[in-house]
Amino acid sequence: MADLTDQIPERIAISLVVNGVRRTLEVVPWTTLLDALRDRLQLTGTKKGCDHGQCGACTVLVDGRRVNSCLTLAVMKDGAEITTIEGLAKDGTLHPLQQAFVDHDAFQCGYCTPGQICSAAGLLAEGRARDADEIRELMSGNLCRCGAYPNIVAAIEQAMSRS
Amino acid sequence: MNAYVGTPTSRVDGRAKVTGAAKYAGEFAADRLLRGFVVEATIPRGRISRLDTSEALKVKGVVDVLTHAHRPPLADKDDAWKDEVAPEKGSPFRPLYDDRIKFSGQPIALVVAEDWETAKFAASRIRIDYEEEAFATDLESERGKAAKVDQPHKPRGDAVAALARAAVRHEADYVIPSEHHNPMELYATTAVWDGSGRLAIYDKTQGVQNVQKFLCSVFGKKPDDLRVISPYVGGAFGSGLRPQYQVVLATMAALALKRSVRVVLTRRQMYGLGYRPMTIEHVALGASPDGTLDAVTHEAIAVTSCFEDFSRNDTGWGEQLYKSPNSRLSHKLVHLDVATPCDMRAPGAASGVCALECAMDELAVALKLDPIELRLKCYSDRDQSEDLPYTSKQLRQCYARGAEAFGWARRNPAPRSMRDGKELVGWGMATGVWEALQMPVAVRIVLTANGHAEVSCAASDIGTGTYTIVAQVAADALGLPIENISVRLADSTLPQAPVEGGSWMAASSAHAVLGAAEDIRQELARLAKAMPDSPLADLDAAKVTLVDGMIASNDTNGAAVSIADVMHHSKLERIEKEKLNQFAEDKSHARNTHSAVFAEVKVDEQLGVIRVTRVVSAVAAGRILNTKTGRSQIMGGVVWGIGMALHEETLMDHRFGRIMNANIAEYHIPVNADIHDVDVIFVDEPDDRINRLGIKGLGEIGIVGVPAAIANAVYHATGKRIRRFPITLDKLLE
Repeated sequence: MADLTDQIPERIAISLVVNGVRRTLEVVPWTTLLDALRDRLQLTGTKKGCDHGQCGACTVLVDGRRVNSCLTLAVMKDGAEITTIEGLAKDGTLHPLQQAFVDHDAFQCGYCTPGQICSAAGLLAEGRARDADEIRELMSGNLCRCGAYPNIVAAIEQAMSRS
Repeated sequence: MNAYVGTPTSRVDGRAKVTGAAKYAGEFAADRLLRGFVVEATIPRGRISRLDTSEALKVKGVVDVLTHAHRPPLADKDDAWKDEVAPEKGSPFRPLYDDRIKFSGQPIALVVAEDWETAKFAASRIRIDYEEEAFATDLESERGKAAKVDQPHKPRGDAVAALARAAVRHEADYVIPSEHHNPMELYATTAVWDGSGRLAIYDKTQGVQNVQKFLCSVFGKKPDDLRVISPYVGGAFGSGLRPQYQVVLATMAALALKRSVRVVLTRRQMYGLGYRPMTIEHVALGASPDGTLDAVTHEAIAVTSCFEDFSRNDTGWGEQLYKSPNSRLSHKLVHLDVATPCDMRAPGAASGVCALECAMDELAVALKLDPIELRLKCYSDRDQSEDLPYTSKQLRQCYARGAEAFGWARRNPAPRSMRDGKELVGWGMATGVWEALQMPVAVRIVLTANGHAEVSCAASDIGTGTYTIVAQVAADALGLPIENISVRLADSTLPQAPVEGGSWMAASSAHAVLGAAEDIRQELARLAKAMPDSPLADLDAAKVTLVDGMIASNDTNGAAVSIADVMHHSKLERIEKEKLNQFAEDKSHARNTHSAVFAEVKVDEQLGVIRVTRVVSAVAAGRILNTKTGRSQIMGGVVWGIGMALHEETLMDHRFGRIMNANIAEYHIPVNADIHDVDVIFVDEPDDRINRLGIKGLGEIGIVGVPAAIANAVYHATGKRIRRFPITLDKLLE
């Protein structure tokens, strides 16, 4: 039988600017950005709900744009600026979206929440959503099994009106 | 004092959840943590004839591969595998126990490696041969093999004869498919050696003490050998009531390899856990022309596995809702080569009431009666199964308040009579009902001299808000600001609690907090009386209240002493009280929650696309502890009801006995764009009999009735009655 040791590829050194801090790490080419964040950098705020780009729980901002980190290979983002849920609050003050999610009870179990909030931050930056219907449509890549959707929309509307 | 109870207090764990600080089972770190990856069976029935792990073991970084032939010892008696939620009858599934395959998706090996990618890669190098056996997975083709389950419901009168002579009859089958919970968090366990030879097991579960006892029993361990912790649970909805197999595998690997191990299931693997069982609900109703019910028969035929009899109360809910002198109910099971079903949000009721409430709508159409009028005509003030009055039942108010908020009076009863542009508009309604259960729970309160209190209990918070309501009740009972209350939950070493389920945790934990706080209050009163020159010296210790950090006399003289002073004088840094609360048994009344659900759908006439544009849910559930989190729970239940009506269905390819849509893209759940206006109304329902605070619980009632209200609205919009759920557009266009 063939020796399979050779089938594990060499690790590749990359650097990521995560929440403003440069981090260097070595990953195999198949390591996703999500696993790099969770397993290698211990940033477990970014969640794994499906690993197939179906649920949005892993949403982070890469160079300001929202992406599914489970569908992104870490090696492809060498040098990129990554913002995760841990990087949104500044000096202990919640980001307006984080505060709005608390105010409107826009979560229950909290597992989809980091992805929802990062996705909403990306949405606000895109400037595409003008009303509740558009928020609903443009937030539909982020599943919430607790069914907090109306509160998520209300929270995003609050943050939009204050930004 | 009620500064917090009954108010829209924000979640006390909110900050942890919006900042990513909240840690879930698969996120706890440990030195030299190993990662496990599960290999599943791909046939539904047979045995493993060869399981070759040699190639996987050659992969660099792989530490071991556990299989039935290579694992630590496991208990060999069924009783050892029965957790507190296990079905009475049957032989619980034992992961990696022997070479038998009982369902497709069954775990048959655990690859353990230094990192996750390596374990996953090596898992693809395992070679398995099976001896396959004939199998059956299709409930409808096996319906004839259904066997009756003993149920508490006694028949009343002669329903068959009454049905035969009824002037107006409605009789039909309603088919509810199997559904999977799909909580957002993947099932995960991190088993960590704590340095003193004991295991700390971080597990995704609704009951840490249930899992702890189960693991001790399965692995022959003493209670102190392992501890189960689950501070945050990323949704469960019933799927975490029983210990799931990943906790057995992670513990097994940690014991075998003497290293800390994490096992996280994939989304696909989660379809090998429990699910809401598919049921065929046969309902027959007979009435006189004025709408008086004379006969109700309801038979449910449900899936279970070949090794456990799982069943719930699908058919009994009509006994609570509708007066009928004749009634016959039965529940039957068909044993198939599938995993054992389990509780899923409002188990039994979500399915059974869906069928009953669709049938009531069809009867109303046959009688040419308004559906609310029919329900009021049959309204039952007693639970007919035991002939008992209710502790409270404000269902009439639910109908009235819900109808008013919805605008029901403007409904044209004729199907296809209402339109909005190219869309047909339909308005439907249904009733919901659930039980108001309560269980023994113990709570420990530690009050410190600085005016802070720690409240602890083994109960879980699966997103339901237990942390928050416990803090609210404690803050009020101790007279402290909620910021001064810290709540610790979901550690098996904390005071006793049952699994979090059945909507019983709010009432159960709240009264346990009251009990422990009462002991703290009495202790403080005793100490205050004993202080030199105490203004409370002559006080009756039973007549004090804790408020604003003071021990205050209930008399009008306003005498009060600060808690800090009392503790200082008594040279106490802390007062600790633990108390188990048991509810007095009272079989004189039935305890239920109720709802009236109203739904508006808009259906594209050409394409059949259905949108649920409005839902009003009017709920009577006693006193609402927290109107903000309570509303969210009902709203979540409504979203689940929309999923059940229109989207959710676990699809099985019966040629292979295998689930076809074991992912979260092809198993459809509602997304944000599917959910429009949801209006939750809490109807006043004072109840001084059920328990001291008048609490009933909200976890399940939100979903019950919603699928039927939507199905009835779809009928009203289109004139088509779809009795096979979910109602997808192909069924409308047929």
